[in-house]
Amino acid sequence: MSAAPNSAWEDARIPRTARVTPDFPGPRLEEIWARAPGLKGWIGDVDHKEIGKRYIVTAFVFLLLGGIEAMVMRLQLAGPDRRLLSPEAYDQLFTMHGVSMIFLYAAPILSGFSNFLWPLLLGSRDMAFPRLNALSYWVYLAAGVFIYAGFVVGRGPDAGWFNYVPYASRTFNPGVNIDVYALGLILLGISTTVGSANFVVTFLRTRAPGMSIDRVPILTWGTLTASVANLLAVPAVSLAFFLLWLDRQFGLHVFDTAQGQPLLWQHLFWMFGHPWVYAIVLPAMGMVSDGLPVFCRRPLVGYTPVALSTVATMALGFGVWVHHMFATGLPDISLSFFSGASLIITIPSAVAVFAWTATIWLGRPVITTAFLFFASMIVLFVIGGVSGVMTASAPVDWQLTDTYFVVAHIHYVLIGINVFPVLGGAYYWFPKITGRMLSERLGRWNFWTMFIGFNLGFFPMHLLGLMGMPRRIYTYPSGMGWDTTNLIVSLGSGLFALGVLLFLINVAVSLRRGEAAGDNPWDAPTLEWSVASPPPPYNFAVIPTVASRHPLWEDRLRETEARSRLDEGLLLARGRETLGTSALDAEPNLILEMPADSVAPALLALGLAALFAGAVLTAWWLAGAGGAICAGALIFWFWPNRRHADLPEVADG
Amino acid sequence: MGSAVSPAWPMSYLTTFGPRADPVTGLTWGLIVLSLAVILIVTILVVAGAAVRRLRAASAGEALPVGGSAGGWSWIWIGLALTLIALVAALAWTIAVMAAVGSPPARPALTLEITGHQWWWEARYLGAAPGQTFVTANEIHIPVGRPILIRLTGADVIHSFWIPALAGKTDTIPGRTNLTWLQADHAGTYRGQCTEYCGLQHAHMAAFVVADPPADFEAWREGQLQLAAPATGPAASGEELFVERCGACHTVRGVAAGGVAGPDLTHLMSRATLAAGTVPNTVSGLEGWIANPQALKPGARMPPSNLSGPELGQLAAYLETLK
Repeated sequence: MSAAPNSAWEDARIPRTARVTPDFPGPRLEEIWARAPGLKGWIGDVDHKEIGKRYIVTAFVFLLLGGIEAMVMRLQLAGPDRRLLSPEAYDQLFTMHGVSMIFLYAAPILSGFSNFLWPLLLGSRDMAFPRLNALSYWVYLAAGVFIYAGFVVGRGPDAGWFNYVPYASRTFNPGVNIDVYALGLILLGISTTVGSANFVVTFLRTRAPGMSIDRVPILTWGTLTASVANLLAVPAVSLAFFLLWLDRQFGLHVFDTAQGQPLLWQHLFWMFGHPWVYAIVLPAMGMVSDGLPVFCRRPLVGYTPVALSTVATMALGFGVWVHHMFATGLPDISLSFFSGASLIITIPSAVAVFAWTATIWLGRPVITTAFLFFASMIVLFVIGGVSGVMTASAPVDWQLTDTYFVVAHIHYVLIGINVFPVLGGAYYWFPKITGRMLSERLGRWNFWTMFIGFNLGFFPMHLLGLMGMPRRIYTYPSGMGWDTTNLIVSLGSGLFALGVLLFLINVAVSLRRGEAAGDNPWDAPTLEWSVASPPPPYNFAVIPTVASRHPLWEDRLRETEARSRLDEGLLLARGRETLGTSALDAEPNLILEMPADSVAPALLALGLAALFAGAVLTAWWLAGAGGAICAGALIFWFWPNRRHADLPEVADG
Repeated sequence: MGSAVSPAWPMSYLTTFGPRADPVTGLTWGLIVLSLAVILIVTILVVAGAAVRRLRAASAGEALPVGGSAGGWSWIWIGLALTLIALVAALAWTIAVMAAVGSPPARPALTLEITGHQWWWEARYLGAAPGQTFVTANEIHIPVGRPILIRLTGADVIHSFWIPALAGKTDTIPGRTNLTWLQADHAGTYRGQCTEYCGLQHAHMAAFVVADPPADFEAWREGQLQLAAPATGPAASGEELFVERCGACHTVRGVAAGGVAGPDLTHLMSRATLAAGTVPNTVSGLEGWIANPQALKPGARMPPSNLSGPELGQLAAYLETLK
């Protein structure tokens, strides 16, 4: 079974095809794609599945930290005039809560799922740039640790996640707190940028043959759209934070009152911030669009409008940032424009809502925990959506803004459209990731505790807002009519936290004792369910060829004559390889040589962390050392390797 | 002080009392009703869809069939059409409200300059002549039934001026002047609060608008224009203490205390609260506040006074004379 390589014809290589049999694949593919043993192998691993799992676990840790911060705040706010927390402590807590949830949980958790799933959904062996993928994770971890290091020593960011100047300027906030935040967020921006670039190229170049862009799962549309948006939006915030750091360290006058312009900060921040909100919900909406139909036992209603509305949401999402600034005194004519744009963005969201609802009605729903999370998300999404419509109306927003109404709104959006789909996604894909099922019994307790706790804890916040309670206050006097409602909110959010705890218990128990999953426990239609659970390091023994959106349901749906071929295809076993295909139609046109494992990405992240730590501490020697580590890591990274052309293509060793 | 505002929810804006806020309140209620209707409809659709279809599947005794990839688009089109109608209506109503509240219905009776400070409000009443201008803090009297023009700016960081029952928020931004207006159609006290996060004591930065009948307002204004009366008796030593210990930050017109870092105290006793609504303005409240502001409002710019007991009494006695 060995083919002698003919070096003269390397550039015109005709790749072998193979057929999956009980004896194939043998140990050879495993050997090519497996990681080296030991710590070096662990650090150097560039397998998207491993990186995805690390993203998911790390993001969950930050979710728990942010949750603990929230619970401490809710203890303080459970009654009037409570003095559990000093104002300093409260300010750092609410800032870190926002930073943790928005930056360190909500986006990375979706990167985690997408990292794990994308190549499996798309029929590829890895992401387009596996090492860049590893870099993205390590820099994310470094940025998270960096920001939390400031918090742990009592110097965490304390000006809110939105960090408005002049309050965040050196004059009013002289500590290192804001520098930690500014540089930490620039560091995180590097991670987001390389991760997004990787998703975009992976989408455009590594889909299995035949998987034209109208056959990809909606999740990939969500993540692709979010990634493009990140590439456009993150520079605004990175620039803003860099300029702020220069203001603070070197006395530039970009944002100060005397010679600069404080409102400029708000524009730069929200030009980034609002698209970011969509970036952290669109992939989660994609999870619902892909997961919900599996449990409704039919394809998603309106694939094309849903995919297009994903992109439309993002495009419109770049034109609504001023709705965060309705009270800043901008002219009414500009407020009208942004009011209109913010209302119009409801349209693509409505497409998704009605598509999901129709899918439930026209399908035969099977009630599982995953279904409950996905279906309840529709309702929570609508609640967060209509309160968004209310805040989109500028005159109404003059009353609503910066009250607890907006706190309610953002939590319905972020928990409703991110956490609930993520939990649904966890129940849905846990078997694929680990090979074991999560307990359905515990899952029901998990769901109902979270659902009831969430609505009990967060719906009354709307009322608090309508009763005039401002946000970001560390205490409030009695006599405002807020006391009882705040107590209910604290109790409800405690119940919600208990629900999250039940999920962790379920994961811990099921990892050891969960029922074995098999390849396709849900009888789902997409490619990830055609491989073993957990998938082998090479994902697919042969590169599949795709003929429809639902390769595993084709015989039953009978949409076309053509059939996907999953057990016969290109072997690509001359070292780590996957197939490059054309951007729209996914016609094969290139064999992509994939890199070996490397510790260079981790090293580069370490160097960057040292560089930024040196900048925060104004320990320039440390910054210099960090820069040197970065340079060394890059040289190591790009050191020429043996070409795949010199390797034999064999199925078995 | 009587109030038109519901005593149970002094900060609520679901009932408002002036032409700046009333059209907005109508729109707010309209959108609340619309929102609840949408939530109800979608919730029923999702729950009923899951329940009804599951029953049907169970009765048919099927396992896990997969079916029907076609159809369902009409749900999207009908849903979109309904959504569009609601949105266009909301947008039209929004723009109509913006036009209605964009400028006062009549020529403003009064122009105020309100400056947000960490963490209190400075209110400057502009008069026709320089001698007709005066400054006060945190409690803003206006004549009832007359539009008031307010010029807003920030002294340090960004704050936001908000009197829920009279007008929505407008930010006070250092280096800029924002305009807003309000009008109270009923006499009473309207509570407000800073709503842009501005640091440690953002929570204790209340403002009050007191709408007086025109005659009462004129009397109040005349009173505010007066200089402080010279202190006599035990208050005289308190006045000396004040000039020495407090004058660097506080102004009392009529004595040699002209500081501008803190509120103007010339008519302190005309105000119901201290420290932007934090402490009731009673003798004990006043003494407690002066003795150690940091205990009541940690982070406030006013340091502990370190006065002896008798000194504190003298100072309070003097402040009590500032009617």
